[in-house]
Amino acid sequence: MTYLADVAALTRKDLRVELRGRDTLPAMLLFVLATLVVFHFALPEGSGDTAAYGLLWVAIVFTALLGLARAWVPEQEHRVLDGLVLAPCDRSAIWLGKTLATLVFLLAAQAVALPVFVLFFEPLHAAALAGVVLADVGICAVGSLMAAMAAASRAREVLLPLLVLPLAIPLIVGGVGAAVSADAERFILFLLLYDAVFAVLSWASFEYVVTE
Amino acid sequence: MSWSQGELVAAAYAVVFFFVLVYVAIIAAKLVRLQRETAELVELARGKPGVDA
Amino acid sequence: MGLALVLALIVAPEDADQGISQRIFYIHVPIALTAYFCFGLGAVKALLLLWRGDERYDLESYVAIHQGTIFGALTLITGSIWARASWGVWWTWSSNQLVLFLVLFLFYCAYFMLRFSLEEGQRRARSSAVYALFGVALIPVSFLAIRLADDFIHPTVFTRDGPQMSATMFTTFLVAWAAVTLLAYVLYRVELAGKRLDADLRELREALQ
Repeated sequence: MTYLADVAALTRKDLRVELRGRDTLPAMLLFVLATLVVFHFALPEGSGDTAAYGLLWVAIVFTALLGLARAWVPEQEHRVLDGLVLAPCDRSAIWLGKTLATLVFLLAAQAVALPVFVLFFEPLHAAALAGVVLADVGICAVGSLMAAMAAASRAREVLLPLLVLPLAIPLIVGGVGAAVSADAERFILFLLLYDAVFAVLSWASFEYVVTE
Repeated sequence: MSWSQGELVAAAYAVVFFFVLVYVAIIAAKLVRLQRETAELVELARGKPGVDA
Repeated sequence: MGLALVLALIVAPEDADQGISQRIFYIHVPIALTAYFCFGLGAVKALLLLWRGDERYDLESYVAIHQGTIFGALTLITGSIWARASWGVWWTWSSNQLVLFLVLFLFYCAYFMLRFSLEEGQRRARSSAVYALFGVALIPVSFLAIRLADDFIHPTVFTRDGPQMSATMFTTFLVAWAAVTLLAYVLYRVELAGKRLDADLRELREALQ
């Protein structure tokens, strides 16, 4: 199936570029760790354990935004995106490749950040972790599409968070709920629903966003 | 600053009405501008050779 | 047109008992419904744009969302006033509808940011259309999310009064809704005509110069 082969190639390209350049992942990692430390100081004494989960999600969302921005900036600056669009592959493969690559970066950053979070703040059980992974998928899926939209604009650094944050709100609800609520299952299911709906939407509409 | 319920009801409807009023005013201003522009373009068109106004 | 608005106001005196703050219901809910409808219309036009490729749909979608956002803002304002009247606070997170509208309002404001920062053309039309479609997908998803969030954000202290509507109240509501819808439609047509005229005149100007 050449479609999957295309996707794999695109994902590999992004990962390889990162391995060589090493500018995105360290930045994301440092950012999320620094944010966690800031949160320690930002949380007033006795504000409850659950508040920490909320802040974790804020950190995740903004780290993801960082990763997304970095994933698309070189494409625009070096006109790589135009080249990719001209390539004889299904355009949505570009989206999928980018999403997967960003997802890998995000998960990698979290692989370090989450243990640190547990160390600093609160334990994370299985449902919470599932929530994190599912929400990651959602953010990368939607974020990739929004980043592609914003890439064409003059104010893309500002525009990307603006576009992504309203869409990320349900994800935050899902993620925090999975971590905090007694009925975590509902939230996990909800995250699955979100991912299904928006991933499909993003996948299907990417083509329209990047073609002239 | 505690308002009576009646005042708030009036406020709600008033807000909507006010918005509509402002909107109408904006449309009116736009209309005036469009009229002016059309007049300008008619003048331009008259100036061109081969166009009879 | 303006008659529709007057009608809406005349309707109000027809109101029945249950406390005077109930009356806000007649203007707040129709406005909210109309906002949803406008967003829906915007999404439909957006879909048509992507499907048929006719440029006209871009402007129609934009204007629909423009009106939707205005009505959305009005929903938030009237909703806030109603909250003040019913519960004594200007804002509460436990009102699902208010929170939903806040999220949507943010989303559609970003729509305008998107549109204004892109160069005019196919790219902008299509991105806007896709975004509009995401908007309507977001409506049910957000609603679900907010419902779920009630679980851990706030205990529902304030119960939304679900009025068992008597016949007169119901008819009043219908009339109010019809009036607001008519108003929205009229504004939509006017705005659309204005924008089209603008574009045409610009074209004319370029042709003459």
